[in-house]
Amino acid sequence: MNIPEGLRYTKDHEWVRVEDGTVRMGITDYAQHELGDVVFVEIKPAGTQLKAGDAVGTVESVKAVSDVYAPVAGTVTEVNAELEASPELVNSDCYGRGWMAALTLASTPDLDALMDAAAYRAYLEQEAK
Amino acid sequence: MPDPTPVTSCPMVREPLLSELSGPGRNGLTVPRPFAAGRCADIPAALNPPALPEISEVETVRHYTRLSRLNTGIDQGMYPLGSCTMKYNPRIGEEIASRIADIHPADEAALQPVLAWLLDLKATLEDLCGMDDSCLWPAAGAHGELTGMLVIREALRRRGDDRHKVLIPDTAHGTNSASCTIAGFTSVNVPSGPDGFLKAADLERHLDGDVAALMITNPNTLGIFEQEIDRIASLLHANGSFLYMDGANMNAIMGIARPGDMGVDCMHLNLHKTFGTPHGGGGPGSGPVLVKRGLAPYLPDPRIVRNAPGGIGLVARSPESIGMVHSCLGNVAVLLKAFVYCLSLGPDGLREASIRACLNANYLKERLKKVFDLPYPTPTLHEFVLSDRVQKVAGVTTVDMAKALMEYGFHPPTVYFPLVVPGAIMIEPTESEPVGELARFADAMGDIASRAETSPDLLHAAPRGTPVERIDEVWAARNLVLTWNDLNPSR
Amino acid sequence: MAFLPTSPDDLHELLSTVGIRDAEELFARIPEHVRFRGRLRVDGPMDELALRRMFRAGASAVVFLGGGVYRHYIPAALDALSSRQEFLTAYTPYQPEISQGTLQAIFEFQSMMARLTGMDAANASMYDGATALAEAALMALRAKPLRRIVVTRSTTPSYRAVLRTYLRNTPGVEIVEAPFDPATGRTDLDALERLLDSEAAFFIQQPNYFGVVEDLPAVSAIAAGSGFWGVVVTEAVSLGLLEPPGSSGCDVVAGEAQSFGNPASAGGALLGFFCVKKEHVRRMPGRIVGLTRDHAGARAFCLTLSTREQHIRRDKATSNICTNQGLCALRAAMYLSCLGPGGLREVALQCACGARALMQALQGKGLRPVFSGAVFHEFVVRMDPGTRARLAEAGIVAGIPLDPHYPELENALLMNVTEMNTHEDILCLTRHL
Repeated sequence: MNIPEGLRYTKDHEWVRVEDGTVRMGITDYAQHELGDVVFVEIKPAGTQLKAGDAVGTVESVKAVSDVYAPVAGTVTEVNAELEASPELVNSDCYGRGWMAALTLASTPDLDALMDAAAYRAYLEQEAK
Repeated sequence: MPDPTPVTSCPMVREPLLSELSGPGRNGLTVPRPFAAGRCADIPAALNPPALPEISEVETVRHYTRLSRLNTGIDQGMYPLGSCTMKYNPRIGEEIASRIADIHPADEAALQPVLAWLLDLKATLEDLCGMDDSCLWPAAGAHGELTGMLVIREALRRRGDDRHKVLIPDTAHGTNSASCTIAGFTSVNVPSGPDGFLKAADLERHLDGDVAALMITNPNTLGIFEQEIDRIASLLHANGSFLYMDGANMNAIMGIARPGDMGVDCMHLNLHKTFGTPHGGGGPGSGPVLVKRGLAPYLPDPRIVRNAPGGIGLVARSPESIGMVHSCLGNVAVLLKAFVYCLSLGPDGLREASIRACLNANYLKERLKKVFDLPYPTPTLHEFVLSDRVQKVAGVTTVDMAKALMEYGFHPPTVYFPLVVPGAIMIEPTESEPVGELARFADAMGDIASRAETSPDLLHAAPRGTPVERIDEVWAARNLVLTWNDLNPSR
Repeated sequence: MAFLPTSPDDLHELLSTVGIRDAEELFARIPEHVRFRGRLRVDGPMDELALRRMFRAGASAVVFLGGGVYRHYIPAALDALSSRQEFLTAYTPYQPEISQGTLQAIFEFQSMMARLTGMDAANASMYDGATALAEAALMALRAKPLRRIVVTRSTTPSYRAVLRTYLRNTPGVEIVEAPFDPATGRTDLDALERLLDSEAAFFIQQPNYFGVVEDLPAVSAIAAGSGFWGVVVTEAVSLGLLEPPGSSGCDVVAGEAQSFGNPASAGGALLGFFCVKKEHVRRMPGRIVGLTRDHAGARAFCLTLSTREQHIRRDKATSNICTNQGLCALRAAMYLSCLGPGGLREVALQCACGARALMQALQGKGLRPVFSGAVFHEFVVRMDPGTRARLAEAGIVAGIPLDPHYPELENALLMNVTEMNTHEDILCLTRHL
């Protein structure tokens, strides 16, 4: 299971990367694996204001659909348009070209509420039991 | 590996599309021309004829004949789809239904006998279910559910009761919650107990003043009779809530137990399941709704009445009705086939059909539980659910085994449903299957189980010998080619 | 017993394998007080000959009935092909490897419906035209925040009724009817313009219930100002003659295609259809077949976009529909294949010419159409109840009375002609006037 250092993680299996006042987000390797082949990603358009835990979009495989939640409060500034034609990037490169949205932060984010790589790994191990 | 006995042995893998068979001037069909052809210059006609393929009659006949050979129907063998009740479809029903083919629904005189039969069918179904009134017009089970929930919604509204929640056990069909949403309710999932049926005590915890109804399937999708059903009904009624029953599994209890006697207020039947009408590769079905007296005023329009001027008639607008749910009288031809089915069997035959359906299912369960995991040991009626837990150890899953069954000449059972059983294999043989066919199926399943241990890779590659190999559903969803135009936009 | 294949010896084998002596033991878990100990009241058992003798029915000698269900010529090949057990007795094609016949046929149905309507995609079918309209309205509400559904008053009354039923529990949305011009029978465009804005979805029937052909280019100019709009077609044969409704730029074309190879059958089984622009594909109700390939790379078909549907999205599904009108859609595809472009156009022209022949014959008897708008193959005349009753006694059903639904159209009758009618039918009618 690929869990890169330097990212923050949620219990719903999203990741965030802090980049200079904005955060970039997507779903984790674990999430894409559980979902199977991703066939469609729909993210709310730029300008959408979200509270932490609001659905920022949905990701679909052939047999399942699951909500993607905003890890932190903020406003959508950018949506990964590449996923429209190539949803499989979520499977092949979930932390890179398979990113889903960028958010500007509403206020100083409580990133400490999110897990670091070690904590997320421990969380997954615990979930597996 | 056994000699594959494919469901459909077909020499060619690819049947051309009509658009590929088309060529200018190939279509020579003579359509009737009773009137002198004019130009009808007063209406804005399109310049060109519609963009349809041009194919000769013989090629049309061959195209569909060849396509049919890529399909499998229940006349070829057992089709044990759980909760779908794929039983034999008596052809006498088709013959009788064809007799109304030429009747226009506004041809009142011609409609008289049809309405008389529908009244008799209605009485038959009400008696079978122990209900007081019914509406035959919903065109399928989900349509019946929606109608039933709208009726309940209206009953609540009339008593000034604005309830929103509908409780749905976790074994329910997905349609239940979708129907609730359209009817303006919010569905709440209720876990069924470890024994595979809903305990009245567990239900009680979910009851409050906002609960409009419980939607239950009985027997449920595990094939288990909801044995606390009457206590559940009492609790609901004491709470001012209604009990709705999804009648998808009525084939287990015809003449054995009646929903009305269990305290059910409203229910639907699936005539294309229980009453032997063909499923047609996806309809037309029929989903009549039946209610107790208190809900009868809210049933959809129109009503059939015996003493209208000129005989049996249709009352278009009754004051308390939810309105119409269908532009005409539902799938009348299907209703007629179901009536013919009931009359063919008669009272004892219908009851015997349910008994045999349950016996066939229990025979299969007895044989298969030796090799497959049976997650719920509670006794079952007309269907039962296995899982892939044992075979999964060797990496063989339900989908592999379902596809492998095709190589033995069977349509697979319902798979991955109900959701409470991971890797579910839901088997409903129906009363139509002779002992030999049941045994052949049990042998095939046993064979697959042993192949799961010895040669799992062959199962991953299944099915072989079918018209196409395992389908890539991901490609379909990512590329969305939904018409000829998508296939070749230039054409 | 009919349809039960188990002999007494077979029964014994089944019982002994299960380990019980009497099949009644299987029902031991059903509490006694909910057991049914009576006898069902249904008649029977009846043998096939008795059934044949019992079920006798036939249409009136001469009928001019349409209004949403139409009598058309059906090529003989259709009954032969659609009654093949592989089509007739198959389930919904959940297992694509052994359902390619149904799947490819539906793909072709979708393709032909999309072409005929001028839209991008079609689903596998709806129950009927009325529920197709209702589902189109529900789809509009998913697509846009809307407060009003505007439907023309000249939409088939039962369609409007079903629309109201489906939307009765959708709060904050009103249904408004756009009036028709009493002179032409076409929708009153000035009145329509006042009803439409970005918070309204709009549906117009073409040709309308009175048979009158609406001015779709003019309508579309106004409808473009609504949030969402659609064209309802109740007579699919009209698609063989008129411009495809999709060329007007609408979001959805939905309606009834019973005319394509399905008999009137006392009103059912009908065949709802549903076609959309590409942007709405994911909001569509119902089954959709897509092209794909198998693991060996061969072309194949399967159900796709399933995540819209109830078995996955459950309460958030785009619709609750699962079983639809599959065999009727198959027959429609066969019908279109048999007729081809020229055949369908010819049928449509015969209908239109026949209606004009009847109109002319009636005018000779002093009966003039109520509306001046050009019609496709049905039209409205006034005929007093006495005349209608006299005709009925002679086995002639002249039309559908409109006044139950349109009190302003007293004694109005909707008359229809298709290629199933003849000059003799018309003569027979006028002789009795």
